[in-house]
Amino acid sequence: MRNLMRASLAIVLKDLSIEWRTKTAFASGLVFAVLMLAVLYFSRDPTAVSAQDIAAGALWVTFTFAAMLGLNRAFLLENEQRAIDAILLTPAPRSALFWGKFVGNLVFVGMIEAISLPLFVLFYDVVVWPYLPQLVLVITMSTVAFVAVGTLFSAMAVRTRYAELLLPLLLLPFLIPPLVGGVQLTARLLEGRPLSDLSGWLRLIGAFDIAFVTLAALLFEVVVEE
Amino acid sequence: MTRIERAHRLGRVGGAVTIVALMGVAGIYVRALAFTPIERFQGAAQKIYYIHVPSAWVALLALGIAGLLSILYLWLKDRRIDLAAAASVEVGVAFSVVLLTTGPIWGKPIWGTWWTWDARLTSTLFLFLLFVGYLVLRGVLTDPELRGRFSAVIGIMGLVLIPFIHMTVYMFRTLHPAPIILKPSPPSLPGSMLVTLLSSFGVFTVLYAGFMMQRYALGLIRDLREEEAAADA
Repeated sequence: MRNLMRASLAIVLKDLSIEWRTKTAFASGLVFAVLMLAVLYFSRDPTAVSAQDIAAGALWVTFTFAAMLGLNRAFLLENEQRAIDAILLTPAPRSALFWGKFVGNLVFVGMIEAISLPLFVLFYDVVVWPYLPQLVLVITMSTVAFVAVGTLFSAMAVRTRYAELLLPLLLLPFLIPPLVGGVQLTARLLEGRPLSDLSGWLRLIGAFDIAFVTLAALLFEVVVEE
Repeated sequence: MTRIERAHRLGRVGGAVTIVALMGVAGIYVRALAFTPIERFQGAAQKIYYIHVPSAWVALLALGIAGLLSILYLWLKDRRIDLAAAASVEVGVAFSVVLLTTGPIWGKPIWGTWWTWDARLTSTLFLFLLFVGYLVLRGVLTDPELRGRFSAVIGIMGLVLIPFIHMTVYMFRTLHPAPIILKPSPPSLPGSMLVTLLSSFGVFTVLYAGFMMQRYALGLIRDLREEEAAADA
């Protein structure tokens, strides 16, 4: 167990330090998120629909698309000069690679979300301050869901020539439960309703998290075995 | 008899089964149109039921079998299981197309709309899209071993996803009640309608078996030929 955690942490730190030195993926992910928020603001008829009405949807479409662009990066990095073979040759357990990439992706997507959330408040003129802890909980739960499935699928997608195309194709059906749940919960939080009103959605996303993090961790070993 | 010859024979048997099933489908058409009463409220539009519901059954059967074969493949690592799973997905996708085409044709006169985001419609649509993704993934992978493993992963993930999508849309609907009552609870069928429907289920299942045998045989032949070509090179 300790061995697994140490190896996973080493992979997380390796990936984050590469990202820290180049900042390419992070910067482009962030700019993409800002662009999405701005473009979606104009995707309505301002005389009929207020910005607040589409705010929750805009936030979640932005988060999922920005995450999807970032997810392939984790394994594309390892594909160059087949660096992944070197990782698999080390005595570290295979699952360390999954947990390392999973946590690395969570940090990456989490940082983009943390920066775009204040911009979202600014652009859409919504009040989130009183519900911030609940909102962060909802965002964390949904993000865990799509990063888990995304980490598994990107490990497969990068083995093909069409990684950029295949990942969204395979991943989007799996985003329906966390995305719809995230939008529903966010919309109600922005209306100032208590979270206890929404326990059904929270339970659904919670169950999704448990089922798919477990399944992704198990199936990942099938994907990387040589 | 060589493996190739056996595969060819299986294909021919599958072809014969398919022909029998297609004659059965023609029989169902005749029975549904000429010998089954017209439904009182829906009129002639209800006749599509005898094609639509059996297609739904076969689509779910095919994709469910594909999911189970995926689990079996990861366990036994036999390439033929992977070929069978892929054959089942392809047939399932074809029947899903029938399902998703006949549904709106019925929906327009009865519901007054071609499409609605009801739980069953939405899960069928995403199931269909997911397995199209499965076939695309298979198409871009050339290494059969890698293709088998990756397809199995998608198959298993899909099997677990469907109940979640169903629940999601169900909750989405119950929180936002639809303005139109979408579907009245099905009336108990008169005997003649039930006979038509049940024979249609049987015929469609045989049709699935016929398609599946042919598609599997084709996959097998292709696999063996590729093996031969690799051995010659």
